[in-house]
Amino acid sequence: MQIYVCVKHVPDSSAVITVLGDNQIDENVIFLLNPYDEHAVTEAVKIKNSLPDSEVIAVCLGKDDAEKTLRSALAMGADRGILVVSDAPHESIEIARVLKTVMAQDGIPGLIITGKESIDAKGMQTMFRIGALFDFPVATNVIRLDIEGDIAIVDSELSGGAVDTYEMSLPCVIGAGRGLNTPKYPTFPDVVKSKKKVVKKIALAELDIGTSKADMWIVGLEPLVLVRKPKEITGDTDEVAREVIRILREEAKVI
Amino acid sequence: MKNIGIIIELDEGKIKEINFGMITLARAPDSDLFAFVLDADVTAVREDLESYGITKIVDVALASDQRNNPAVRAKAIANGIKEYGIGAVFGLSTATGKDLLPRIAAQLEAPLVMDCFTVDLENNLAWTSRYSGKTSASIKVTGDIVVFGVRPNAVEPVKGQVSSRILKFDGSRIVSRGFKFVKRAAGDTSVKISLAEADVIISGGRGMKNGDNFSILSKCAEKLNGAVGASRAAVDSGWVPYSMQVGLTGEKVSPRVYIGCGISGSIQHFAGMKTSGLIIAINTDKHASLMADCDYSVLADVLELIPEITRHLENG
Ligand SMILES: Cc1cc2nc3c(=O)[nH]c(=O)nc-3n(C[C@H](O)[C@H](O)[C@H](O)COP(=O)(O)OP(=O)(O)OC[C@H]3O[C@@H](n4cnc5c(N)ncnc54)[C@H](O)[C@@H]3O)c2cc1C
Ligand SMILES: Nc1ncnc2c1ncn2[C@@H]1O[C@H](COP(=O)(O)O)[C@@H](O)[C@H]1O
Repeated sequence: MQIYVCVKHVPDSSAVITVLGDNQIDENVIFLLNPYDEHAVTEAVKIKNSLPDSEVIAVCLGKDDAEKTLRSALAMGADRGILVVSDAPHESIEIARVLKTVMAQDGIPGLIITGKESIDAKGMQTMFRIGALFDFPVATNVIRLDIEGDIAIVDSELSGGAVDTYEMSLPCVIGAGRGLNTPKYPTFPDVVKSKKKVVKKIALAELDIGTSKADMWIVGLEPLVLVRKPKEITGDTDEVAREVIRILREEAKVI
Repeated sequence: MKNIGIIIELDEGKIKEINFGMITLARAPDSDLFAFVLDADVTAVREDLESYGITKIVDVALASDQRNNPAVRAKAIANGIKEYGIGAVFGLSTATGKDLLPRIAAQLEAPLVMDCFTVDLENNLAWTSRYSGKTSASIKVTGDIVVFGVRPNAVEPVKGQVSSRILKFDGSRIVSRGFKFVKRAAGDTSVKISLAEADVIISGGRGMKNGDNFSILSKCAEKLNGAVGASRAAVDSGWVPYSMQVGLTGEKVSPRVYIGCGISGSIQHFAGMKTSGLIIAINTDKHASLMADCDYSVLADVLELIPEITRHLENG
């Protein structure tokens, strides 16, 4: 089975983000594999190891530099990578079309795994769009995945820790949640071995992704800082407790 | 005349308060507001919906064995959107919405912005945070149908009385190919209010020392009709379930009041709660980041202070 895993190259969550111009950021920061996609890769490799004749292919749409993120996926056990290179910013409608086209061109997906969310764009939708384009069933925030024959049995986490169980026919699309597994980080030998693995680069212009009548793009970007000037609450425990309650009652009006 | 669709979230047949801010945001001059209500007694919610400006209530009935099937629910709403010529759709960016709205948008190939703080419908612009909560982005959407997922509590509800008509929508023949709902396991039933909807959130971090101490927070939260959250450190230590995590890789919340207890205020935690109305930090270290990025800082041992607050609340 060909297992495709979509990996996004995103700024490190602790990076300082500087806005440039109207709608861009200074990309001179550390980028890495999107945290949820670590779960996606780990799960794909786990399934591959339990199914004979399967292959894990990591796919990414990004700038040339995103090869690093594909290399991380390879070091975590993916067999090969495909990078669709584009310098332009893309939103999920387009991203999904690109990823779908490149997967369909490369092989026959038996299973597609993404993260449940990218931490930079937090679109929360790429998996559903890929599913719709292929007409495959989709589940997101998946915390358990079992493959039995041509059925995927998944648990998807809802609010308050409730869990739904679904059965989906393969091929299907899975958005990996945090509870799915513990990411398996590569050892040094893994990294060395992965250097021999192939990352194929395709220019976006070479793909025919069709056209959509819908579009979305960032028009403006501003630092999100809400300046707060902390006031200290002092006194003994009793006084502080009274003051906190007064604030809740009189200022916030929540009680 | 514009037709605007609003997906209503219910809790056991009752309307959740968080819908009203969303309806307020969706209201536009010269428009018809269609509220989609799935599998519920719409007469029970009609009055509330009318008082916020809903002019049409779409009463969607699904086959009884498909009620919990998200693929069927999404398809029913997508069909309704097309049937009533709806151009803009609003839903909530809650756990349910995070599954439902992208399904609908994908099916219609409509643009979708999740976790919106606000929306300018006239210009098809939505504001949300980008880059781990460090920037606010305005996003332009174009298409015949556009979809917005509104962050709960982001918009103050304002009433606007109208009268409504009920439209019956038969979704009983809708099925989902290749996707079967098997079962639902309830989560922690002691949780009365979810993080996303709570007006008050009390969150605990590593400073809570162990899982048992979280009961100190839940007792206090109960008195405040609030919810309990946690930092990733508390979740990773196995003290509380992941569903309680607030932050970049947890729930993103905007309560009126956020009380951080024994939480240092890492960039990743802050990303999930920085848009809260009022932030109170309780920490034994006055140099903790959250103590500098809050409205009120309290230099105290949380294990002593919170029980005292609870005691005062109990005694009125
Ligand atoms: C990709 C990525 C994603 C992440 N996502 C998240 C996320 O979604 N949410 C999240 O929270 N973290 C997240 N983190 C982790 C984050 O970086 C921090 O490690 C975490 O938030 C720290 O939790 P904490 O504040 O509870 O612990 P600490 O940083 O250890 O702080 C504990 C605080 O408790 C105080 N304290 C101790 N005892 C007491 C007492 N008795 N009374 C009062 N105060 C006391 C201490 O002074 C200290 O300030 C993420 C990290 C990465 C790399
Ligand atoms: N440019 C991209 N290249 C590869 N995968 C992507 C890309 N953008 C999004 N994805 C995948 O889609 C998931 C959800 O992203 P999003 O819809 O942006 O929240 C991510 O976790 C990735 O697995």
